[in-house]
Amino acid sequence: MRTVIVGCGRVGARLASQLDRAGHDVSIVDANEESFRRLEPGFKGTTIIGTGIDEDVLIEAGIERADAFVSVTNGDNRNIMAAQVARQRFAIANVVCRIYDPIRAETYRSLGYTTICPTTEIADRVIGALLPTSERGR
Amino acid sequence: MYIIVVGGGKVGYYLTKTLLGEGYEVLLIERNAAKVAAINGKLGSAAIRGDGAEAATLQAAGAGRADVVIAVTGEDEDNLVICQMAKLKFKAGRVVARVNNPKNEQLFKMLGIDVTVSQTTYIMHLIEQSLPDSAFVHLLSLNQPDLTIVDAKISGASVVVGQRIGQLALPENCIIAAVLRGPALITPTPETELRAGDDVIAIAHHDQEDALHRLLI
Repeated sequence: MRTVIVGCGRVGARLASQLDRAGHDVSIVDANEESFRRLEPGFKGTTIIGTGIDEDVLIEAGIERADAFVSVTNGDNRNIMAAQVARQRFAIANVVCRIYDPIRAETYRSLGYTTICPTTEIADRVIGALLPTSERGR
Repeated sequence: MYIIVVGGGKVGYYLTKTLLGEGYEVLLIERNAAKVAAINGKLGSAAIRGDGAEAATLQAAGAGRADVVIAVTGEDEDNLVICQMAKLKFKAGRVVARVNNPKNEQLFKMLGIDVTVSQTTYIMHLIEQSLPDSAFVHLLSLNQPDLTIVDAKISGASVVVGQRIGQLALPENCIIAAVLRGPALITPTPETELRAGDDVIAIAHHDQEDALHRLLI
C-alpha cells in the first residue's frame, strides 16, 4: 500500500515508521524539517518538507499514485482541508483525518470522511477504565 | 440583512466598519481577546471573541439566521472550514472566503464556497492593467456565472485586422461588448471591421479566456 501522511508529530511519525516496517511505501510531509527526527532510525520512506494543504507538495509526495491518505497535523482545519484536497482533487478513496473538535469530526464524518476524534475516544476510554458498563452515560 | 464576518485583522475590521456604515447588521468574530477589545472600542459592540470554526461560536453568533458569512482570516484552511461549517451545520445563506494563496481559488469553489476573494489575484490584475505593453488584460471576474471581462489590444500582426466581427470564429459563451478606437467608443455590430490598435472589450466564460486570447492576439 502506498500512503501519504501529512504531519510528522508523535502520531504521524509512529504511523509512518510502523507502515514502513511492515513493508509499505510511505511518504510523510511536515512543514518543519526537525519533526522528521521522530521517525525510527532506518526509516526507508520519503520525507517532504512543506505544507500538506498545498497540491504541489502533495504531488511531490506522490499523492497521484497513493492508495491512502492520512492527515494528522495538530491543526483540525489543516487536517480537514488536506483530507478534502486528497479526496476531491486526487480522488483518493481511503482518507483518514484526525479532528480534535467532536462537532467538526462528526460533521465531516457525515460527508463520508473517516475522521478520528481523540477527544471522544480518550474520554470514552477513561470512563471505561473508571466505571462499570451500567454506570456509563454518553 | 445579517452578516457575520470572521477574522478581525485589517480586512475584517475595515469590512465590518464599511458594512456597518452601509446600515447592515454585522457581527465580527475574532479569536484574540485584545483585538476584540480594540475593535469594540472603535466600533461599539460589533465583535465577539471566539473560534469561528467552532459550532458553539457560530451558534452564539446566530449563524442560523445569517444571510452571509464571510471568512477573512489569514489562513486558508480556517476560512474554508469556517465557511463549510456555516453552510453544513447552520445553513447560512451564502458563504464568502478570502483566499490567501491564489492556488486555492478553484479548489474552494469545488468544495462548495459560493464566492472566493483573492487579494493576490486582484493586485496582480491591477498591475497588469497598468503595464503599457500588455496585449490581453483581464479586467474583472464575475463569480456566478463564471465570467471574465477582458481587454484585448489588436496589434498590426493580428490575423483579425481587417476582419468584420461577424466573420470571427468566436469561442462559445463569448460576447464582444465594445470596441475602443482612440477616443471613440464603438458599439460592435457584425459589420464592425477591426483595425490595428483597437481595444476589444469582451465578456467570456472563464474556460474560454485562452481560446479568445489565441483568436485575437
